[in-house]
Amino acid sequence: MFPPIQNPTTEAVPPKFGEADLLRRSASTITPPAERQTEVAKLIDVSKCIGCKACQSACLEWNELVEEVGINTGVYDNPHDLTPNTWTLMRFTEFENTETGNLEWLIRKDGCMHCEDPGCLKACPAPGAIVQYTNGIVDFVHENCIGCGYCVKGCPFNIPRISKVDHKAYKCSLCVDRVAVGQGPACAKACPTQAIVFGTKEEMKQYAATRIEDLKSRGYANAGLYDPPGVGGTHVMYVLHHNDRPEIYAGLANNPRISPMVEAWKGLTKYAGLTAIGAFAAFGFLHHLVSGANRVSSADEEAAKRLAEGERT
Amino acid sequence: MTTHSEVAKGDSVHRGNPVTVDRYSAAARVNHWITAISLVLLALSGLALFHPSLYFLTGLFGGGALARIIHPFIGVVLLLSFLGLFFRFWKLNLWERTDNVWLGRLKDVLTKNDEKLPEVGKYNAGQKMVFWSMSLIIVILAASGVVIWQQFFSEYFTVDQQRVAVLIHAIVAIVAICVWIVHVYAAIWVRGTIGAMTRGRVTGGWAWRHHRRWLRELVSDKSKGKPKGVTPAE
Amino acid sequence: MTNSWTDIKNTDLVWIMGGNAAEAHPCGFKWVTEAKAERGAKLMVVDPRFNRSAAVADHYAPIRPGSDIAFLSGVVNYLLTNDKIHHEYVRHYTNAAYIVRDDFEFNEGLFSGYDEEKRSYDRSTWEYVMGPDGFAVRDMTLKDPRCVFQLMKKHFEIYTPEMVERVSGTPKDKFLKVAEWAASTANGERAMTIMYALGWTQHSSGAQNIRTAAMIQLLCGNIGIPGGGVNALRGHSNVQGITDVGTLTAAIPGYLALPTDKEPTLEAHLAKRTFKPLQPNQTSYWQNYPKFYVSFLKSYFGAKATKENNFGYDWLPKVDVAYDALRMFDVMHQGKTTGMLCQGFNPLMSIAYSGKTVAALSKLKFLVSMDPIETDTVRFWENHGEFNDVDTASIQTEVFMLPVTSFAEEEGSFTNSSRCIQWKWPAADPYFESRKDIDILSDLFVRIRKLYETEGGTGKDPLMAIDWSYENPLEPQPDELLRELNGKALADVTDAEGNVIRRAGEQLAGFGEMRDDGSTDGSMWIYTGVYGPKGNFAQRRDNDDPSGLGVFGNWGFSWPANRRIQYNRASADPQGKPWSEAKKYMYWDGQRWTGPDVPDYVATIPPEQATGPFIMNAEGVSRLWVRGLMADGPFPAHYEPFESPVKNPIFPAIRGNPAARVFNNDMEIFGDSSEFSIVATTYRLTEHFHFWTKNVHTNAVLQPEAIVEMSEQLAKEKGIAMGQLVRIWSNRGEVKAKAVVTKRLVPLQVDGKTVHTIGLPLHFGFIGETKKASPINSLTPPVGDANSQTPEFKAFLVDIEPVSGPVA
Repeated sequence: MFPPIQNPTTEAVPPKFGEADLLRRSASTITPPAERQTEVAKLIDVSKCIGCKACQSACLEWNELVEEVGINTGVYDNPHDLTPNTWTLMRFTEFENTETGNLEWLIRKDGCMHCEDPGCLKACPAPGAIVQYTNGIVDFVHENCIGCGYCVKGCPFNIPRISKVDHKAYKCSLCVDRVAVGQGPACAKACPTQAIVFGTKEEMKQYAATRIEDLKSRGYANAGLYDPPGVGGTHVMYVLHHNDRPEIYAGLANNPRISPMVEAWKGLTKYAGLTAIGAFAAFGFLHHLVSGANRVSSADEEAAKRLAEGERT
Repeated sequence: MTTHSEVAKGDSVHRGNPVTVDRYSAAARVNHWITAISLVLLALSGLALFHPSLYFLTGLFGGGALARIIHPFIGVVLLLSFLGLFFRFWKLNLWERTDNVWLGRLKDVLTKNDEKLPEVGKYNAGQKMVFWSMSLIIVILAASGVVIWQQFFSEYFTVDQQRVAVLIHAIVAIVAICVWIVHVYAAIWVRGTIGAMTRGRVTGGWAWRHHRRWLRELVSDKSKGKPKGVTPAE
Repeated sequence: MTNSWTDIKNTDLVWIMGGNAAEAHPCGFKWVTEAKAERGAKLMVVDPRFNRSAAVADHYAPIRPGSDIAFLSGVVNYLLTNDKIHHEYVRHYTNAAYIVRDDFEFNEGLFSGYDEEKRSYDRSTWEYVMGPDGFAVRDMTLKDPRCVFQLMKKHFEIYTPEMVERVSGTPKDKFLKVAEWAASTANGERAMTIMYALGWTQHSSGAQNIRTAAMIQLLCGNIGIPGGGVNALRGHSNVQGITDVGTLTAAIPGYLALPTDKEPTLEAHLAKRTFKPLQPNQTSYWQNYPKFYVSFLKSYFGAKATKENNFGYDWLPKVDVAYDALRMFDVMHQGKTTGMLCQGFNPLMSIAYSGKTVAALSKLKFLVSMDPIETDTVRFWENHGEFNDVDTASIQTEVFMLPVTSFAEEEGSFTNSSRCIQWKWPAADPYFESRKDIDILSDLFVRIRKLYETEGGTGKDPLMAIDWSYENPLEPQPDELLRELNGKALADVTDAEGNVIRRAGEQLAGFGEMRDDGSTDGSMWIYTGVYGPKGNFAQRRDNDDPSGLGVFGNWGFSWPANRRIQYNRASADPQGKPWSEAKKYMYWDGQRWTGPDVPDYVATIPPEQATGPFIMNAEGVSRLWVRGLMADGPFPAHYEPFESPVKNPIFPAIRGNPAARVFNNDMEIFGDSSEFSIVATTYRLTEHFHFWTKNVHTNAVLQPEAIVEMSEQLAKEKGIAMGQLVRIWSNRGEVKAKAVVTKRLVPLQVDGKTVHTIGLPLHFGFIGETKKASPINSLTPPVGDANSQTPEFKAFLVDIEPVSGPVA
């Protein structure tokens, strides 16, 4: 058993991190503190998950989210996708393993991966609407959000959702409010099988290694830890039985990275664009300075007059 | 040499001292200024969301969220307004062989050697390029803008499509601003031009200097006895 | 559970069948994942569906609903024919050596003594050969052809892997893997736990399903050892508690019996149940039945219960037949019931054959519902279109709704599947004017008693005799009630030497202190000790586990006697030594039985005395062959469900369980496979709790609508698309649900025929936050298990069609 996080005291606990511990702040230039907080991570062991949706329920309850009662479309996934109110979602895949001839029911808890290099934050135009703490948590600060949806385009995992009600972006906060006072996320707390555990990233990697060893002993030769380097690693990681094929888990991104489109947009375009505008303006300014105004001369007026009076020129 | 008329409806010459020429009707001017104001507002709100250092510009619109909300609606106004301009002006902006000559002597244009340039109709090649590039730019901006208009259209496009659209929108918007700078600078640099869009008229000298063929046609129209050629000054 | 939830972590092999622990018991299932992760335990799942438990299993084998006995008997046969049994355990701890009477026989699927008219057995031949010394005759070599072991070999030989495949549809290789894995534990080195739930009980042969599983565990030597056992996963947080406390019509608390018509005196009642040992030196613990019974009567009638009046035995009702839920509604349907007090119960949803339930409720004069939520039952008179299509004007039943507090709003105890009694405190304030169940019932009791007092009436005496001396008779406190269940000394209690072991007025520390002379009370002997002289042990919350074996001895109180693993004497060999170091648990240290648990044994009896480890049984050993204790046979036999897609392939002449009750012998109620070719089975989804959470918004979000699960093949055959609305009908009614077309269900080949199974989650109704649906029990047959009358919800026949034609 991974040692569970103890229940909180009833005393008020000062938050362990805050504004001073920002690593990145959207659309802002900040100087991160010299010392990083210990990086945290949530580990989702897909091989232990029974798809009970306790995490989904706990997420709704803790974050006081009210989701609509939908309909069934022939699958167990309910709601059918992440929404502004559903920050985490069990995705079920029936996978026929041709190597073993066995059916596998792969159940993956989807939600924000808390990338070390967050695409949402990179794309966000609103200062301070997305922040990344030095412990790795990427959080949306709704009072600063302008609802442009750029984070959706920046995210390599298709996670943020824009509310149709207040037009702000929503996603898993890794229960930043709980973590700040020494607790794990609500989903991990609710998970009956410890398929979701929470701790420092280092602990999680070590624990994952034992799980992977167990899975390999059961014939899953490609079992592994999903901590994709393309986004600098994530603070939500998966133990997968088939780490060579993450895409079979309801389309989990294989080798995800921030889209080159977004990189170009938020990189070269941003700088080249302003430079071009500046260059055009400067050219005009210099041209005017050098050549002066193009004025109409009295000769021109005379010529016009003659023309108008009907004289041939 | 001209196979078509360089004169638009409402253009006319007034005798006097100086001669004045009606260049734009009131409707055309209103249409232009709606377009112009829209474009400026779009540029300001767009730039605000484009580069963090310009985010302060959202203040002009009452904050980031309002800037985000209002930008695409202004875009719709611009699109409709520009359509008006397009249908007003497209014919006289058709490209001609003399435009190539004019372009070939761009150095003379910039060095004010107007006399070395071919006689120009209502629009010179530069103006025509502004016209056509803006037409193309606005279509692209409108199309890509719809794709990234989160509030109403996000569910109709994939995120990948939106990513392409947002990049195109950004690049083309920058081009638009550059074209706009050319346009505005030209209007300022060529003195006497702004009056065309404020009061609707230019002096005869201006027309003689910059759009002589247009002036000639206007005058000759009068001599041919067309009703809207040259009229006495009031 | 014979073992406990926390003990599952000690297992080497988990076998889930007849249940879906991951789905229905996710919190308990953590111990399975624990065993897997920490011990490298294997998990195998046998189920008609590849379910959530199967999703994390190492092996999955499909099975046709209702063919579990054939499958399990196949495993029994495999163990016997391959000699993969724990020999010493079987020889010494089971009745394998006992000689059975010559006139006991089994022919063509029927045991000796069958009466076709009554659909029941005369069980007199189902008995051991008794020796001249009054003890049962044994052959410890197990060679005698009439010994249980030899009879068993013969009885099960027909259940070959081929026969299992033919009857259950399980591919032979998948079956054999289950059998081989199970056999790998028949050695005292490794343990297997079997986890089951209503997937085994809700059959017309439900009790025999579980017996067969117990036989496998006994053959493997897996009962009484850590990580072993046959573990019933109870479906409610406190259903163990309500079973213990005996809210069944034929029982009183603590699994004691309510008298029957045939037992006019206390003596007659006790004589039938005070089992004398069948071997020398055996404990035969039921010899103490009179102590428990008299203590119960003393609790019930207080000072009015005296030796002279047989402690008030005459005031107890004497039952003619068992009024189980099915019979209750049958009687109601006959118009013989005036009113119904429906407490925390939604019978319109939960009783088989909803059409009959509505008709029955319509014949009541009044219906009272005590519930924290509005149930479908209290709205049975309301027309909800196709979901409850009744003619309201014609229903004259007066309905009362009494809102009660929910479990989270009141103090009291829960008893979990581990038999652990745990106290709970209110977590929230009650809503509005809702009252506690206890208070409403007490109020009713006091008022009714007053009416009888002034006006008189039938059965007045028992009502007057009841001891209701609570501090506030209108609001008995949970603390008082638990003390009462535990019992106390009414006079000084002495041991055999005359020493006072408990002073008058003190709470009893254990049921060993109970007496049959009226000097003790205590209405539920098995709970005695939970509230002893040291206080309320249900409130203990010490999570120390000194042995590391998941034995949390100071957490709550596990009945009986705070024992965590039952029959734990069997964890040691006959000499008292652990079977192996790996499975070391309770053992003889030369002086006494010791280990991390409370021994299920008299702690000072030395091994030499050869007292059997199964002290409740008169034999001192467990029973592979159960004598006359079960209604439908001393051995299990494969009987088809009453509605089956095939004739019984083994005993073709027999339909259903021959000893199961069919009201008025009315076979017409059952559909035939010629008309209904698809097998249906009902179950729970993890997102919901029975018919309750459909009223809870969050749960409704997670599973919003009635579904029917079916294979891709069946969907194709019927032209049904994913998510399409489907009509499902049986001989009794119809429902509609959205199609979940899945690879997790596959058609099986049964006796040369392709058999499709569909799955029907049971949660949805016409009241609540989920989308409206008809009760799933509109479809199910009102027939139950021959022993427990648990309805056959898990296997019946239906047909299906898409509601709006094929979808492109």
